Amino acid sequence: MARSVTPRRKLLNTTVAWAIGLLIFFPILWTILTSFKSEAQAIAAPPIFLGFDWTLENYRVVLERSDYARFLWNSIIIAGLSTVLGCIIAVPAAWSMAFVPSRRTKDILLWMLSTKMLPAVGVLYPIYLIFIELGLLDSRAGLVVVLMLINLPIIVWMLYTYFKEIPGEILEAARMDGATLRQELLYVLTPMAIPGIASTLLLNFILAWNEAFWTLNLTAVNAAPLTAFIASYSSPEGLFFAKLSAASTMAIAPILILGWFSQKQLVRGLTFGAVK
Amino acid sequence: MGQIQLKQVTKSFGDVQVIPPLDLTIKDGEFTVFVGPSGCGKSTLLRLIAGLEDITSGHIEIDGTDATDLVPAKRGLAMVFQSYALYPHMSVRKNIAFPLRMAKMDQSEIDRRVNAAAEVLNLADYIDRKPGQLSGGQRQRVAIGRAIVREPSAFLFDEPLSNLDAALRVGMRMEISELHKKLATTMVYVTHDQVEAMTMADKIVVLQAGVIEQVGSPLELYRAPRNTFVAGFIGSPKMNLITGEEATKHNAATIGIRPEHIDVVQSDGMWQGTVGVAEHLGSDTFFHIHNTGLAETLTVRAIGDISLTHGDTIHLNPRMDELHRFDAGGLRIA
Repeated sequence: MARSVTPRRKLLNTTVAWAIGLLIFFPILWTILTSFKSEAQAIAAPPIFLGFDWTLENYRVVLERSDYARFLWNSIIIAGLSTVLGCIIAVPAAWSMAFVPSRRTKDILLWMLSTKMLPAVGVLYPIYLIFIELGLLDSRAGLVVVLMLINLPIIVWMLYTYFKEIPGEILEAARMDGATLRQELLYVLTPMAIPGIASTLLLNFILAWNEAFWTLNLTAVNAAPLTAFIASYSSPEGLFFAKLSAASTMAIAPILILGWFSQKQLVRGLTFGAVK
Repeated sequence: MGQIQLKQVTKSFGDVQVIPPLDLTIKDGEFTVFVGPSGCGKSTLLRLIAGLEDITSGHIEIDGTDATDLVPAKRGLAMVFQSYALYPHMSVRKNIAFPLRMAKMDQSEIDRRVNAAAEVLNLADYIDRKPGQLSGGQRQRVAIGRAIVREPSAFLFDEPLSNLDAALRVGMRMEISELHKKLATTMVYVTHDQVEAMTMADKIVVLQAGVIEQVGSPLELYRAPRNTFVAGFIGSPKMNLITGEEATKHNAATIGIRPEHIDVVQSDGMWQGTVGVAEHLGSDTFFHIHNTGLAETLTVRAIGDISLTHGDTIHLNPRMDELHRFDAGGLRIA
């Protein structure tokens, strides 16, 4: 029998769920609201929620002062290329781990994941030195490689989980039916794994887009993405909350829109295999 | 043509040898069933023939040519899997056409063969559906369709009916047998169900722990099991195997008598016991008999409806000409 829920209980549940949702979303909402305030209203006490003079002044100033398009372009290039590169390496890796596992496969997976537990700052010094040595400092190529590497364990893990869900007998059937390895991957496995691959790519793109530690430490001017664009408004000219908020809103807008349009795919991918 | 020969084939997984050296010839056009308890290596043996597993040593010949190192696709065999293994993102038509597409066959020839297979297997109404929209029996037919369009030299079936319900299983059993009669192509069929083996096979290969215990026609195995394992495995319900003093009387370590070869008599039977569980099937009744003075519980078949209930005394007479005798090693004494 299905559990019965009284209308009152339902109302309560819904209210609580919305309240928690709003609480989580509030900082982002506040940032967006602040971006439309004047600097004085932004730091007013008590804070003004909606009853302020809406202005686009901050956006005008921010766009005037810095080259938003360049930061945006850098973000797109770095997040996009590191995702594509990561996928090219992770698909065959996850493939072999899922379908031709060795006795050490589980250990390798765990070991890969364990690198995510290391604080990034612990390897900042060696990586910084390597970057200087190779002339990669403040280059997009360098960041693409670093972001690809730090996200690789997650991509491999996710793809491995999706591939594990695909029954081996179907691949064997393709082999019996005369498919070569390439045809097996192209006509049978990839179509079956597409939801998984797509959500992995999406999540990886978001992670790379939002990554701040490495992008701030390894870039100066040329390769700086949107995270550096936000950071540039946080200190040098004192506290300009409204302009900082405008810059932040502009930096998160593209990924927020992408996330909104792909949320169905993302949720489906992240819960893939949870229910058969 | 579809003769398959295994010569001194072995298979090990790491240090564990699952198939000790094994020789077997499957003749062209024969319906051969590999049967045995789970874990006996029958599926592994089929996968070795298919080429889905590499053999550790020995040779596999198909139609006289060495196929040991050939990839599965080049062996000219088609396989039907237990889970059907259909491509979930393709329609029935595309599933059946897949092997032909891989063989780069002409589109008109593909259409002709797919339509013919759909006709034979009653799939024409579902041809544009995805496997997810089909019942278990229909999926199994699609899997068979995908195998027959290739016109292989032999079909390999890996427990193809074990995911179907009992009624459907009997129906599909008939269909596969009919198909074999129609195509006259070699079929190798793996099952743990001895009823399937008995009803379908031209030749049964009984396996235990990777070793062939006996090869023969269903009735040969029923009438003259080579050892106690085959005696106990073939036939339903199981043959009664009796050891101890009773066996010694017949100069054997073990004697065997099938439930259908023991007569229920009014009095003065060779054995006397009390009725335990009675299983009434309508046409037959199976009694489990205790307290006979033998170490083993006996199973007896009585025809029709016999009014004996739990605790009743029963008199039994085994038919002496149907008695099987085995030596201490479990081997049949002629």
